[in-house]
Amino acid sequence: MTMQDNDPPLMRVSKLSHMYGDRIGCRDVSFDLYPGEVLAVVGESGSGKTTLLNCVSARLQSSAGTISYRMRDGRMQDLNALSEAERRFLMRTDWGFVHQNPADGLRMNVSAGANVGERLMAVGQRHYGRIRETADDWLGRVEIGHDRIDDRPGTFSGGMRQRLQIARNLVTGPRLVFMDEPTGGLDVSVQARLLDLLRGLVDDLGLSAIVVTHDLAVARLLSQRMMVMKDGQVIETGLTDRVLDDPQAPYTQLLVSSILQV
Amino acid sequence: MTHLDAGREEVIATYNFAYLDEQTKRMIRRAILKGIAVPGYQVPFASREMPMPYGWGTGGVQVTAAIIGPDDRLKVIDQGADDTTNAISIRKFFERTTGVETTTVTAQASIIQTRHRIPETPLAPGQVLVFQVPIPEPLRFLEPRETETRTMHALEEYGVMHVKLYEDIARHGHIATTYAYPVKVEGRYVTDPSPTPKFDNPKMHRNPALQLFGAGREMRIYAIPPWTEVVSLDFEDHPFEVQAFERPCALCGAADVFLDEVITDDRGGRMFVCSDTDHCNTRQDQGHVGEQQG
Ligand SMILES: [Zn+2]
Repeated sequence: MTMQDNDPPLMRVSKLSHMYGDRIGCRDVSFDLYPGEVLAVVGESGSGKTTLLNCVSARLQSSAGTISYRMRDGRMQDLNALSEAERRFLMRTDWGFVHQNPADGLRMNVSAGANVGERLMAVGQRHYGRIRETADDWLGRVEIGHDRIDDRPGTFSGGMRQRLQIARNLVTGPRLVFMDEPTGGLDVSVQARLLDLLRGLVDDLGLSAIVVTHDLAVARLLSQRMMVMKDGQVIETGLTDRVLDDPQAPYTQLLVSSILQV
Repeated sequence: MTHLDAGREEVIATYNFAYLDEQTKRMIRRAILKGIAVPGYQVPFASREMPMPYGWGTGGVQVTAAIIGPDDRLKVIDQGADDTTNAISIRKFFERTTGVETTTVTAQASIIQTRHRIPETPLAPGQVLVFQVPIPEPLRFLEPRETETRTMHALEEYGVMHVKLYEDIARHGHIATTYAYPVKVEGRYVTDPSPTPKFDNPKMHRNPALQLFGAGREMRIYAIPPWTEVVSLDFEDHPFEVQAFERPCALCGAADVFLDEVITDDRGGRMFVCSDTDHCNTRQDQGHVGEQQG
């Protein structure tokens, strides 16, 4: 990877820690995320990866450390110093968040078209025809039939719901997408199709992403770089292929060998 | 006077003017003043038990009780009519607890308490229109969490209101919301005009009267001060429109008013007449004639 040399980082996380009372959520995590880069955060449940994701996506106020984000105007912004209004604006314009359970990221009581169109309306679009056209285009891009635009997500399969959630997030052209176990809870064949789709979208749009997963195959397919977490700390980090092909930390070796046995 | 009535008179006589004690009225007036200062903003207030159940206009009754004085003249309408059970019982309540004059004539009333309509007769400066509101929160449809709707109002995050209108168009080909049609007040707060027909929305815009809204069960008061800008939400390619009626009122011939369908006999006969009974009667007294009267 040479992009590190040319571009300044999109996000810079430094000595980030989060405590739940006495219990450690994550401790002393530092990394840079570059434009167009997908970073996978891998670990078992309780490893701190979800806490880390919630902190860096400004959904959770971290106990210590700094998170800086390069705004569209180029200046680095300390996320903890954002006002509530700025934070929420960032979340619905320049960021996306894909939840493991699509119901957490969708409005289940309105149509697919309205789900995709909501962010456009939130940023002030007021032309129904154009909003619908854009929503229709995005449904096509995530391989949902045009005849489903007026159906509610409740009538969709799990894989379709997840693709709808992705379209809903990408419609405003965000630069950074956070994903929490995006293929969790889906059948293996559905997972494969979703991963292909996600990889295509990330490439086409030049998206940066932070993907939390317990599934090394997801990390392999989507990310260029990965971090392995255990007990709230990063125990190994590096280019994804290097970490998976030649793991250094004993715990990573264990993780890798456990999937190879299957 | 029967024995029962005498007893009731005695009970009511022990209450303060307009039923509520002065401290409660002051509390409600403070909420009203705050509402006037921040048009369209829902002000919480400590709603009191009233001698009528929620759903029978307790919010509007408390607002009226807090502002009414001995020199006021009160009109009460329900769906535009002065003579429904609900309108009569609220009017009697204030007759008994205040002794103020009541009227059915819009132009003669200083306070008009209403459910579901704004009178057809244009209101004048100095008049107060008090709405009974069941659900004050226009964002509730898509966001049930109170903490979240409060933040959305604070940050002017109103995209979700258009999601509701989008759904209407997607399903019906046009904005099918006909009651409680959301408005933006003075370019700031999105507000529920209470379950009035959208036909009445344009009357709220730059109305010379003070418009007060009371939700008893939900414990909210909000206000639209005189001459305030009130804009109905819409899309550029689906602009806001009021209901149109094919025919004028069958009794008075009025063409630019909101009509109710009335069954006239048990053989399916029906006609459309003014929902505002005072407006219809006044026109008939003036000699206007509809096709039923011809
Ligand atoms: Zn009439």
